[in-house]
Amino acid sequence: MKGNEAFAEAAIRAGADGYFGYPITPQSEVMEYLMAEKPHERTGMVVLQAESEVAAINMVYGGAACGKRVLTSSSSPGISLKQEGISYIAGAELPCLILNVVRGGPGLGTIQPSQSDYFQSTKGGGHGDYRMIVLAPSSVQEMADFAGLGFELAFKYRNPVMVLSDGAIGQMMEKVELEEQRPRFTEEEIIKNTPWATTGKTKNRERNIITSLNLDSAKQEQHNIDLQKKYKLIQEKETRFELINCEDAEYLIVAYGTSARLSQKAVDLLRNQGIKAGLLRPITLFPFPTEAISKLADRVKGILTVEMSAGQMVEDVKLAVGCRVKVEHFGRMGGIIPSPTEVVEAMHKKIIGG
Amino acid sequence: MANITKEEIRKPENLVYKKTDLLTDKALSYCPGCGHGTTHRIIMEVLEEMDIQDKTIGIAPVGCSVLAYDFMNIDMQQAAHGRAPALATAIKRLMPEKFVFTYQGDGDLAAIGTAETIHACNRGENIVIIFINNGIYGMTGGQMAPTTLPGMKSSTSPYGRDTHLMGNPLKMTELVAQLPGTIYVTRQSVHTPSNVRKTKKAIRKAFENQKLNKGVSFVEVVSNCNSGWKMTPVQSNKWMEENMFPFYPLGDIKVNTD
Amino acid sequence: MAKVVGDIVIDIEKCKGCGVCIPACPQDVISLSKNVNGKGYNYAEPVNDDCTGCMNCAIVCPDGVITVYRKKIE
Repeated sequence: MKGNEAFAEAAIRAGADGYFGYPITPQSEVMEYLMAEKPHERTGMVVLQAESEVAAINMVYGGAACGKRVLTSSSSPGISLKQEGISYIAGAELPCLILNVVRGGPGLGTIQPSQSDYFQSTKGGGHGDYRMIVLAPSSVQEMADFAGLGFELAFKYRNPVMVLSDGAIGQMMEKVELEEQRPRFTEEEIIKNTPWATTGKTKNRERNIITSLNLDSAKQEQHNIDLQKKYKLIQEKETRFELINCEDAEYLIVAYGTSARLSQKAVDLLRNQGIKAGLLRPITLFPFPTEAISKLADRVKGILTVEMSAGQMVEDVKLAVGCRVKVEHFGRMGGIIPSPTEVVEAMHKKIIGG
Repeated sequence: MANITKEEIRKPENLVYKKTDLLTDKALSYCPGCGHGTTHRIIMEVLEEMDIQDKTIGIAPVGCSVLAYDFMNIDMQQAAHGRAPALATAIKRLMPEKFVFTYQGDGDLAAIGTAETIHACNRGENIVIIFINNGIYGMTGGQMAPTTLPGMKSSTSPYGRDTHLMGNPLKMTELVAQLPGTIYVTRQSVHTPSNVRKTKKAIRKAFENQKLNKGVSFVEVVSNCNSGWKMTPVQSNKWMEENMFPFYPLGDIKVNTD
Repeated sequence: MAKVVGDIVIDIEKCKGCGVCIPACPQDVISLSKNVNGKGYNYAEPVNDDCTGCMNCAIVCPDGVITVYRKKIE
């Protein structure tokens, strides 16, 4: 299956109640697949093509506020349009799933793959102090797996979850194993699981209000303090990463998504040259595997980050490492995917020989 | 009257009107004489009379009525500026058995949220849209709205709205009446007892229409903004009759509920 | 002949003194007080006993502060 299609199918199987989207390359297959699959007949899931990304993310807000499992997908320019809604969703503490199949920017940019939305995804993007949980798949299998995991984390923390993919993983075809269909939650289950949801005020409870507004500064500060506590808890509990050939590594590559795939190949090439290279692949970009990188920094000689951007994640790696070892960035931009050979050359030039 | 005391009249069995319990006891944040309060109250009276408090979800976006959830004792969502019809679309599609309404001002519905409004109406979402049109941005201090009348003064049209420079007022209600997705489109007001009664009937009809599952019911309430217009409440109601109603005539524009 | 008498109770602390009820009353029952409430508003108050309980004032009151009673007397 294609990455985008695997994500769509996995979302149906994860018991999604609604998808709201707007077409944009390279992720239009998500909605196309959903429409062709008629999930309203399969599971009762609602699929709606909105008039804009702005409307789509606000439909997600409305659905999430009812305790429903709702999602949207887009690519970079469309995700920029969704930032207002994402800020409101984070402020109102609503669970939802957002897929960004990243393409090169800025502006209309290119339709080719990129990783230049790292800052936007992990550091806010919209206004205010908020964080999304950001999952970075590096395979079609993970595109599928992270639909279910994304919903699970979103509801566990009442927080938006972003699956930060890229045009390469969205478009590539790989074998994938899908979860069994899980039933959508019934209204009774929703009222039990999400008692805060706007399901209609019954006599036995106070009215439920979903809002991100606090005109009282003291209350708004307290709300922010509570949000920060939640984000800290997420950092403690949900950090995920993969270590490849790191046991004896002297030189470390840090890369996620498509960059991690080609960096794994670069590690093999370096090992063939007798260089003990390893790869740390962040699976969650927020929370970032700061501690794992910090531990490795004590025993490697240098670290290269590989990103399809001008170097964004490298800032978080540098924060984790401090000045203990050299940290450099290598990347290509504008929709170009670097080759493993280029990564090997960069390791020699910037770290080993640098 | 001579033979009866006030105490004898003020007995529970003689009670003919009191504020509905579907409004909270919190004092309304609106300016004295503002039509928002009256409209809030009659919506809540309709929900009480239809006994659908437990099935209704309201949405108030940004504007003077952003705090509507403080006053309406029902489940409510606060939306980003202009986006209420998008929220309502999702809520109604995901929970078709519920009653869903948006409560939007003119800046919200006819400027920043034009796209969401028109597309929700065009898709024929089975929702109620209540549109408060007072021809001005009240919350931010009286700036020109999309519905500000030609020549009308506001803080951003201090010499009056010059239609050559600032464009013409937008008649959203006539516009959405053209769309196949709307089944009931009406324009009312709440400044006199008889108008309040008519508007309440219109709102009742709009909510009843949701049972038909045929499309949007759209109720515009032409209202005053005495603070923004810089008049007393009673003066503003008179000014509204003389100036707003000729441009925004009251009455049903579309009734397609059979 | 049956006659209808009415009375209104105004929550003066919630009244904002907008005066919209005054022209709505066919019996000229209501006037704004010379006194002010806790918020500084000259609140509405009944000034005669001519109320018929028609509810017009309550229906048009933006703040819902008027309660109306009506009784038929023989």
